[in-house]
Amino acid sequence: MKSKTLRLYAFAYLAFLYVPVLVLPVFSFNNSQFIAFPLSGFTTRWYGALAADSVLRHALSNSLTVGIVTALLSTMLGLAAARAVTRYRLRGAGAALGFISLPLFIPDIVLGLSLLMLLGAVGLPLSLAAVVLGHLLVCVPFALTVLIARFEGFDKNLEEASADLGEDGWMTFWRITFPLMLPGITASLLLTFITSFDEFLVAYFLSGTEATLPIYIWGQLRFPERLPMVLALGAIILAVSVALVIAAEYIRNLGVKKPMVGA
Amino acid sequence: MPNKGQSSSEGYGLLAPTLVVMGVALAAPLLLMVLTSLQAQSGPGFAAGWTLDQYGAVLGRASYRLLFLRSVAISAAVTLVTVALAYPMAYFVAFHAKHKFIWLVALTIPFWTSYLLRVFAWKIILGYGGVINSALMRLHLIDQPLGVLLYNPFAVVVTLAHAWAAFAILPIYVSLEKIDRSLLEAASDLGDGPLRRFLRITLPLSMPGVIGAAILIFVPTTGDYVTPALVGGTQGTMIANLIEVQFNSVGNWPLGAALSLVSMAIVAVIAGLFLASARAAAKAAR
Amino acid sequence: MSFLSIANVSKSFSGPPVVNDVRLEVARGEFFALLGPSGCGKTTLLRMIAGFETPDSGTIAIDGEAMNAVPPNLRPTNMVFQSYAIFPHLNVFDNIAYGLRKLKLPKDQLRARVEAILATVRLDGLGGRAADQLSGGQRQRVALARALVRESKILLLDEPLGALDKRLREAMQVELRAIQRKVGITFLLVTHDQEEALSLSDRVAVMHQGRILQVADPRTLYERPSCREVAGFIGEMNFFHATLREIAGETATVNAGILGILTLPAVNLAPGMKIDDHILLAIRPEHVRFAASGVAGDVAASTFLGERSHFHVKVAGRSEPVFVSGSAPPAGAVHLEFTPEKLIGLPSDS
Repeated sequence: MKSKTLRLYAFAYLAFLYVPVLVLPVFSFNNSQFIAFPLSGFTTRWYGALAADSVLRHALSNSLTVGIVTALLSTMLGLAAARAVTRYRLRGAGAALGFISLPLFIPDIVLGLSLLMLLGAVGLPLSLAAVVLGHLLVCVPFALTVLIARFEGFDKNLEEASADLGEDGWMTFWRITFPLMLPGITASLLLTFITSFDEFLVAYFLSGTEATLPIYIWGQLRFPERLPMVLALGAIILAVSVALVIAAEYIRNLGVKKPMVGA
Repeated sequence: MPNKGQSSSEGYGLLAPTLVVMGVALAAPLLLMVLTSLQAQSGPGFAAGWTLDQYGAVLGRASYRLLFLRSVAISAAVTLVTVALAYPMAYFVAFHAKHKFIWLVALTIPFWTSYLLRVFAWKIILGYGGVINSALMRLHLIDQPLGVLLYNPFAVVVTLAHAWAAFAILPIYVSLEKIDRSLLEAASDLGDGPLRRFLRITLPLSMPGVIGAAILIFVPTTGDYVTPALVGGTQGTMIANLIEVQFNSVGNWPLGAALSLVSMAIVAVIAGLFLASARAAAKAAR
Repeated sequence: MSFLSIANVSKSFSGPPVVNDVRLEVARGEFFALLGPSGCGKTTLLRMIAGFETPDSGTIAIDGEAMNAVPPNLRPTNMVFQSYAIFPHLNVFDNIAYGLRKLKLPKDQLRARVEAILATVRLDGLGGRAADQLSGGQRQRVALARALVRESKILLLDEPLGALDKRLREAMQVELRAIQRKVGITFLLVTHDQEEALSLSDRVAVMHQGRILQVADPRTLYERPSCREVAGFIGEMNFFHATLREIAGETATVNAGILGILTLPAVNLAPGMKIDDHILLAIRPEHVRFAASGVAGDVAASTFLGERSHFHVKVAGRSEPVFVSGSAPPAGAVHLEFTPEKLIGLPSDS
């Protein structure tokens, strides 16, 4: 293919990706209840309405809690499991890895519903804790993939060299493994947090009376008069996410960016 | 590999917490789902005894069969469209872009906002009073808003192709990026023109990324709930919507469980067949 | 009591033993090499000494202390890894100071010690250099300094020069030997490069398929190899099938087929050989000369190497050529003569 044609295509594709997303900020500043052209002037009142909505604030805090707990737990679990499969010769490691990755191949609705049934069967209430459990299913495979790649990317001799130079397993972890894994850990935390923060269906079945942000948004979509406000919320989420990604990239550059092989 | 071999118990110890969580949150619920699917709803509880009635109902009813068929067809179309659109994009970034990193960031930023709102944005774009219609009206290209844009399988396909684009671009990009550039030079040196070289070297070597992307998109989109609910209308309803209704509105848990398991099985069989045929094709090509 | 004592050590992963009943004694201050082709078990043996692998059976003792139950971080050994394993997130100074943390030295003492070792490996002033800004030779020196600075009893070197180009490798060989003399600790080197092993070491152990075939100083190894594998692995060697005819006093007589009847010193025979035994007669190319009479042959190929050249001489009744190293022969058919005292008798393969 000619590189010029290809470049043209690339920009067209980029437009396809961006146009729907840009609908959010554009109409969030539009001074009209109706989402239609022509635009009818600039306003920030939708953002004001957001700030005044206490139900939203509660949903946001629920989502942050669930997202942070899920990110920390799934990254810790992923770190241990990734270390196990990359640094030890374990019988059945492949099967275990397959089992842990299974949720990638199961529709979210089935994950959510089956957990809902289990909670009902053992008599546990629906709660944010149940949402975290459901989100772990979705997030641990992601964390594991990211962290295994990182573990495989660095020379095992580095950990041996540390032991050889007199450090025990714990100090080797803190002086070598952790700093070298930091970019992977950051990526895993970010990926799992965003996945959990954005997850709707599992949370929808498991959250009970405590709405998370996507559940709140889902509820708002039925009311046309509240749409501009929801779009404003989407624009904020987009802005914060982009800032977060840039910050994570900055942290990554503070760590090691060069090839992580000893030779 | 400190103490490799000897301390495999240490390795199992590291693996155990994750396996326990997965056992509690995945294996146990799925087992319960299987058991539930073998029962029958009776008022708020289940009737005594085991039965295969739910599976009979799932497989026997034509409307259900149609729904399964439509879900798979929509998903297959989404997979095909998404991968086909993403491949040239990934190819451009891997081989022609000057600032690869900036391109990758630019391609992923749209995915850093709410999935619900990304899907909903298409409703705004395609809707009766939406962006496309109001723009076309404004330009006097049409007198009446077009009703055919929204609430049909086409809208579902477009929306999902947009929502899952990153899952196609990234794996394909990674597999293209991995190709040793000297292989391409060798192909040229041995007389291949750009097109032959692409077909004989680049495309086959990037197939792992294409196959990975296809699986990564096909499996979850078959069970997608949000998109058909928002932009599908009655013509675009998919299996997940039916399952949700069984659990929330109808209250027939055994039937919902059976529908879930059958759809999982269908997806697994199709994905498995796809992988097997891809592997066979790769073998035959060798 | 030797300094490093390896007694009946065996190790297998899944399959045949990688290290098979190895016995080895290394003296304090010795520069010792483990030489063998890749896959012969030499690296596994080294890793068992360092503590990264545990022997299936046998014991490893250092300075009289059994090491089997001691974890790597508590062993009096330090290792220069084949990949060098330079910590990528630390600079040169911090890499070298890594193993000194437990000593809790005051800052100025730590600095003095690191700078002293930097001077020893001739990296003065490079302490602040980032790990990814080092050349191959510099990485090698940092790995060496990092291991040496701990002043352990034994330094283990796993193919330390393998990643360097030829010229740098030769320069580093000289330097490695000088450093070992200076610090005076035991060096145990693993290498597949026979030249490196012979030129650096006080003694060499030749390993093959998990077993040690011969332990000797370089000269003995070259002149009196104990078997065909050792002889063939170190330098070029001509082999001829022969039968032992007679041992009379200090002279042995053999029938070497196409070469005719030859005599050699009886001490050049491997121990335990009896009359009528089939033996393998071996001789280095430089001990075969072109002469006016002797075994007739034709020069099939020659390689010009300056003062000396290599020749492949085709001899009737033998499929492989005879290797000869020397000055150019007269044109046409040649005759070969063998220096009798350089002929050695090795056990036959079969």
